[in-house]
Amino acid sequence: MAATGAQRRIKSISYAKYGYIFILPFFIVYFVFQLWPLINTFVLSFHGNGNPSEKNTTSNEVLVGFDNYSTLLSGGEARNLRMQHEEFVSSFKNTIILWIGNFVPQIILSLSLAAWFTDARLKIMGKGFFKVVMYMPNIITAASVSVLFMSLCSDKGAVNQVLGAIGVGPIDFLKGTVASRGTVMFIQTWLWFGNTMIMLMSGIMGISPSLFEAAEIDGATSTQAFWKITIPLLSPIMVYTLVTSMIGGLQMFDIPYLYHTGTEINKDIQTVAVYIFQRYKNKNGAQFGYAGAASVILFIVTLALGSITFFLNRDKDEIAKKKQRKKLQKDAKARSKQFGGLSI
Amino acid sequence: MSKNSMKSTYGAAKDNYTKKIKIKSWILFAWMVILTIICLLPIYILLINSTRSSVEIQNGFSLIPSGNFSENFKTLTTSSQFKSSVNMVYGYKNSAIITISATILTVFFSALTSYGIHVYDFKLKEISYTVILMVMMVPVQVTGAGFLSFMIDLKLHNTFWPLIIPAVAAPAVVYFMRSYMKSSFPLEIVEAARIDGSGEFGTFIKIALPMMKPAIAVQSIFAFIQNWNNLYTPQMILLSVGVEKKTLPMMMASLTASDKIDYGVVYMAIALSVVPIIVAYVFLSKFIIAGVALGGVKE
Repeated sequence: MAATGAQRRIKSISYAKYGYIFILPFFIVYFVFQLWPLINTFVLSFHGNGNPSEKNTTSNEVLVGFDNYSTLLSGGEARNLRMQHEEFVSSFKNTIILWIGNFVPQIILSLSLAAWFTDARLKIMGKGFFKVVMYMPNIITAASVSVLFMSLCSDKGAVNQVLGAIGVGPIDFLKGTVASRGTVMFIQTWLWFGNTMIMLMSGIMGISPSLFEAAEIDGATSTQAFWKITIPLLSPIMVYTLVTSMIGGLQMFDIPYLYHTGTEINKDIQTVAVYIFQRYKNKNGAQFGYAGAASVILFIVTLALGSITFFLNRDKDEIAKKKQRKKLQKDAKARSKQFGGLSI
Repeated sequence: MSKNSMKSTYGAAKDNYTKKIKIKSWILFAWMVILTIICLLPIYILLINSTRSSVEIQNGFSLIPSGNFSENFKTLTTSSQFKSSVNMVYGYKNSAIITISATILTVFFSALTSYGIHVYDFKLKEISYTVILMVMMVPVQVTGAGFLSFMIDLKLHNTFWPLIIPAVAAPAVVYFMRSYMKSSFPLEIVEAARIDGSGEFGTFIKIALPMMKPAIAVQSIFAFIQNWNNLYTPQMILLSVGVEKKTLPMMMASLTASDKIDYGVVYMAIALSVVPIIVAYVFLSKFIIAGVALGGVKE
């Protein structure tokens, strides 16, 4: 019985060390390139901005406590501090405006499309083709998309030429507050609605088809089935989509960063990510203090949003099992106490 | 009531019902055609405008190609205005080097990590997986300041290393591969391989990797797209490099910087950056859409 002998020998060897060896590269790289930079960001946020030419700023080496945070959140006496504060607050405000402006149309569009695509009663030709086309904007380089729309929406660009032909005067899509924000919202929706649609579709297809069949037999219309079955059962995925979209929205960078001509960024669409990025490339040297503090604020907001998804993503069966196991242990303990601490 | 009349009543209702559905289907079809046009029109205008001269573009809107394609191409490659900031050959080369190396690292080490967590039992197993799940959401924008200043301290800024090495640690990919292994990688295989005398690392390379091909294919595609399109990290790390070290998205970024824009050439450059990825998408769309759908079912 050589096989069983080998089997027994193998069973007795501990393979735990291989587990550590296999996950080691991941964690080394993670600690060096992600965790340490994260800690370093916190460290930097308590230090000066390394910019001796400006008043009220100190070198990178000097600890300044919460000065950077108070500057960003409440400004200060000096003009440059006040400007820093205003720029940060407006970039946060812009981020929220741009996110809401792209999420609301996006979810309406994606949800309705997902419902129609999965409705077995409707016979729409070329569903596969439509799905492929609608997802396509999502894989195109966002930087190229931004420059493309910048060219299309410039004073003499294609959009204004078409508008001119129907008698609407040229609109300044690049510099006008409402027009530029609207365009960025449009581009973001254009980029992401296909992705959201496919995620929601896979969610809807996870709902048991017998529910829809039963509803159809009971005489429910498509609209009723949508509001009474699809929406309630889809809510976990909807929350997931909402939170990931929020976190993604906080990182919005490529489009707002590139949607302008010349070297100056349009202040109406400057997001937090753009604000932080600009600190690295400041005219008078990098301002790591402000960048760090703004990053930490962004991190706290992301963490709050991320923990929501984390709790939604937990393995619910696993938790139920754990609870049951605990209860069994407790019962066993209680029983053993009954018998005077003897475990049977 | 005769059988016949009953049939006719129900028949009429049924006809009415199918008619309604038909009308609705056609209305929706029209709406989808409109959305398709909205999705494709910007790309179409891009391709058309890359064949037109700057003057033509400024003078009017057109859906018909013109004959300025090679002229635009020549200006893009030879004009001094673009020479210092845009060079598509360097762009393709640098983007390809970074993207391909990063993709290989991401996929290989994510498979290795998820295999380690899935197959072996060790003390820190649960906690290490929880850590991976928790850090999945931390965006690069948050760690950027610390990352950049650390890289400057190490004198690694302006090199490709900070863009390639971090790809080893991709928590989201590990999460995906772990879920895949849970559903389709039985542990008995590992034990059978041990009995046959296979080493642990050999089992991973020769048995686990081939079995994980579907997951690896999907994740490679996504890692490739993500790295190819990445503007933020290269723009941050490659602080002051010449055109010979810039990636494609960085070159796109430099197109907006000048006030006097030759639009024909700009459209040409964008088209050159976008067309390869669209062509690849046409062939891989089935994979990609299936992959996105998988990512959605997380509950």
